[in-house]
Amino acid sequence: MADLNKLAKMLQELDDMMVACMKCGMCQAVCPVFTETMKEADVTRGKIALLENLAHEMIRDADGVQERLNRCLLCGSCAANCPSGVKVMDIFLRGRTIVNTYMGLSPVKKAILRGMVGNPKLFNMLLDVGSKFQGIFTSQANELLGSSCSKFLSPIIGDRHFSPLAKQSLHSKYGTIDIPTGKSGIRVLFFPGCVADKMYTKAGEACLKVFRHHGVGVWMPAAQACCGIPALSAGDRVAYDKMVKFNVNIFADGDYDYIVAPCGSCISTIHELWPQFAGEYPEDLRNKIDRIAAKAMDINKFVVDVLGVKPAEAPKGGTKVTFHDSCHLKKSLGVATQPRDLIRMNPNYELVEMNEADRCCGCGGTFNLYHYDLSKKIGERKRENIVASEAKIVSTGCPACMMQMTDMLSQHNDSVAVKHSIEIYAETL
Amino acid sequence: MLSESLIKEFKSIVGDENVFTTEADRQSYSYDSAVLEPVVPALVVRPTNSEQLGKVVALCNENNNPITVRGAGTNLSGGTIPDKRDGIVVLTNGLNKILEINEQDLYAVVQPGVVTAKFAAEVAKRGLFYPPDPGSQAVSTLGGNVAENAGGLRGLKYGVTKDYVMGMEFFDVNGQLVKTGSRTVKCVTGYNLAGLMAASEGTLGVFNEIILKLTPPPAASKAMMAVFDDVNKASEAVAGIIAAHVVPCTLEFMDQACMRYVEDFTKAGLPVDSAAILLIEVDGHPAQVADEAETVVKVLEKTGATKIVVAKDAAEKLKLWEARRNALPSLARARPTTVLEDATVPRSQIPAMVAAINNIAKKYDIQIGTFGHAGDGNLHPTILCDKRDTKEFHRVEAAVDEIFDVALSLKGTLSGEHGIGMAKSKWMEKETSRATIEYSLNMKKAIDPKNILNPGKIIAGR
Ligand SMILES: Cc1cc2nc3c(=O)[nH]c(=O)nc-3n(C[C@H](O)[C@H](O)[C@H](O)COP(=O)(O)OP(=O)(O)OC[C@H]3O[C@@H](n4cnc5c(N)ncnc54)[C@H](O)[C@@H]3O)c2cc1C
Ligand code: SF4
Ligand code: SF4
Repeated sequence: MADLNKLAKMLQELDDMMVACMKCGMCQAVCPVFTETMKEADVTRGKIALLENLAHEMIRDADGVQERLNRCLLCGSCAANCPSGVKVMDIFLRGRTIVNTYMGLSPVKKAILRGMVGNPKLFNMLLDVGSKFQGIFTSQANELLGSSCSKFLSPIIGDRHFSPLAKQSLHSKYGTIDIPTGKSGIRVLFFPGCVADKMYTKAGEACLKVFRHHGVGVWMPAAQACCGIPALSAGDRVAYDKMVKFNVNIFADGDYDYIVAPCGSCISTIHELWPQFAGEYPEDLRNKIDRIAAKAMDINKFVVDVLGVKPAEAPKGGTKVTFHDSCHLKKSLGVATQPRDLIRMNPNYELVEMNEADRCCGCGGTFNLYHYDLSKKIGERKRENIVASEAKIVSTGCPACMMQMTDMLSQHNDSVAVKHSIEIYAETL
Repeated sequence: MLSESLIKEFKSIVGDENVFTTEADRQSYSYDSAVLEPVVPALVVRPTNSEQLGKVVALCNENNNPITVRGAGTNLSGGTIPDKRDGIVVLTNGLNKILEINEQDLYAVVQPGVVTAKFAAEVAKRGLFYPPDPGSQAVSTLGGNVAENAGGLRGLKYGVTKDYVMGMEFFDVNGQLVKTGSRTVKCVTGYNLAGLMAASEGTLGVFNEIILKLTPPPAASKAMMAVFDDVNKASEAVAGIIAAHVVPCTLEFMDQACMRYVEDFTKAGLPVDSAAILLIEVDGHPAQVADEAETVVKVLEKTGATKIVVAKDAAEKLKLWEARRNALPSLARARPTTVLEDATVPRSQIPAMVAAINNIAKKYDIQIGTFGHAGDGNLHPTILCDKRDTKEFHRVEAAVDEIFDVALSLKGTLSGEHGIGMAKSKWMEKETSRATIEYSLNMKKAIDPKNILNPGKIIAGR
């Protein structure tokens, strides 16, 4: 049984945050899930109403509350558009933790989050082994996209088209990287993030190339845990805390100016969520987290704002590239012009804007696992916008979006490639 | 509690997926944008075509279940809070088709669940203009706009929603289709039932299709900001502009308290040390715009504006409107609860109203920021408080009472655009008369004998 006093305190904190919602309903205009289902329970306002009765509701229908709270991409579109400045992400993440604390986590989630993702060594090993055997289970779906689909009926993969695991992950290829500061006078802690480390290694390699070119010192500890967002969004504070502490223990001692990742989700987690959810940690740990969080910066922003890379004139007539604003990158971190600048740096490409470039692609991390039908519908709209732009490449700043767009484009057998914006810039070096 | 067999009947009309029965789903239709106690509906039903809508209405009536139709639920007066006696919420977002846009005859036919901004954008794509622009247009529905007779920033010159309703089809309480108005510019066939339906807040019928008037868009426009060191001078300028026979499309007011919050949040460079500002836009033929802008500037100078900033280009204009549009958002960030009121007075009484609001704020020791559509006398005194602080909230309630008393004593009205709903029905008799209430009640009784259509709204006490 959950500790009732703790739950009561968590509920009180939640209440204090929710009272700012004036129920104006403006979140309906931007919520991708609401656009598909048109149900008030699927938009922020409805979820806040549900959470306002949380204590009462959990006792009556904890499953129902959990199911509704989970029908959210955590894309932050509503928060970015909320007149009252309601801290929606914070509310939803806390709400999920409360419900899970009350209900206890399902054994499957527990096994995945605490046993695997929360245990970086095991997680890395399993995926390294997996990358060797994946060919037995999958076949190629779209050559240009390099996507695969499952050969057998599989409940987890379903009819998804996915990018295969890299033959060699970054951490197994490089182990620890420790390069001293060069001409830039700057040294970074490189945090590739799970997806770039294990799947889109090209994005990770591109970052390393950029660092090398600009004389940026790099420290990439071989042992890094996941940033924690999958666990936090599943409401699993135990696994989340474990991941954060694992990383902080290693990162706190290093000598670096910035923590850079090619993933908007990882950076917004480290930069925003780590300090936000550090309330109950000991003071020493909190201080360490604050120092680390302040240094976290997305790769696009780092290259443009810190290294000062800027295009003189936008090239015309090259292969058309369109850019998808990942939610965490644009709505949480406010990074939108920088990746476009990086694409404009490459004279072989011409940047064309798609409609609704900053509309969520529908991935939403674990949302894609539990609500694939909805995720797919939202992704279809993104795919239509990409195709309508007539671009041959869609670029973005977040590996999770790359996965989702690859799936959507591959399912339609479109000849549009998916590339990280840093890859496009690195091609010029 | 509704019987299983009744729920089944609803399901057979609209399909299982369009009947929401779980507590969690129903709870999310228990409130709207007004600060009122929520009421969880017994059932939520979403028809997706006309036939279903008519059948749903008839079935509710047969079973004595009150119907509350819900568009986007953004009204600010409790219009979509369902009835406590097994009330049923009927959603219109399954009825969201634009059926016709007639470019030659300048009208459109729409279903009630079409989102206002989407409609305005579709119309604009064809080079036409639908002027009503409530602040909530990104989500509010045309059905909800008609039922509330919503206004907006352009109300002064272009009027409010009812001025664009040429006709409609609605279901009466028995589920029979009633038609009124036409696609012609002139139509005096029978009672003006469409006029009656505007601002009826779902109490007299359920709209099925609405015929809306369109206009050509203005060819040019010019926007400016005028700064005043005295609220009275700002109001004199409003009267002066109208007296000079210029009708701007927008003439907005913002007081010092409001400006300070907006500035805190937007850093738009507002003159926070001044007493008030006016934001003005004139539009029309380019020659007329130039002429009218000149007249407006003259009036502003004569009435003592300390500074006049004319927007040089589209970007500067956008900056001015952004400041205005951010009035509510900025105020909403100041304290947990925002009570947005809608007191409206004859234009000449704006100084008296603004002064009274400031006194009321002092008397009850509460924070009020005031902005609004000065051009049509429609002010939005916005009270910033915390509804969980019951002592403070009692003071807020008393202050609201007094604000309305003052508005009425100045020959104003309870609502310029937000409707009466549940929130203001207790003042109805004060503004009108017992006879008006009785006349309205008789009409309602004849139309809806069992009081099924959104009971408790506008004229309570039945
Ligand atoms: C941020 C914000 C800004 C706003 N700005 C303005 C503004 O500038 N001007 C203004 O006038 N208002 C404004 N409002 C108030 C509100 O948006 C309007 O009243 C709007 O018209 C309501 O539309 P809705 O679709 O949300 O209707 P709802 O709130 O869902 O419903 C309103 C009423 O209409 C009835 N109704 C809805 N559809 C039908 C139908 N098909 N048949 C019969 N009855 C129906 C409902 O029963 C209810 O009584 C604002 C509100 C917010 C939250
Ligand atoms: S936009 Fe913000 S204040 Fe408005 S209903 Fe949504 S969460 Fe609440
Ligand atoms: S975070 Fe995204 S999906 Fe979730 S409620 Fe907000 S807008 Fe909708």
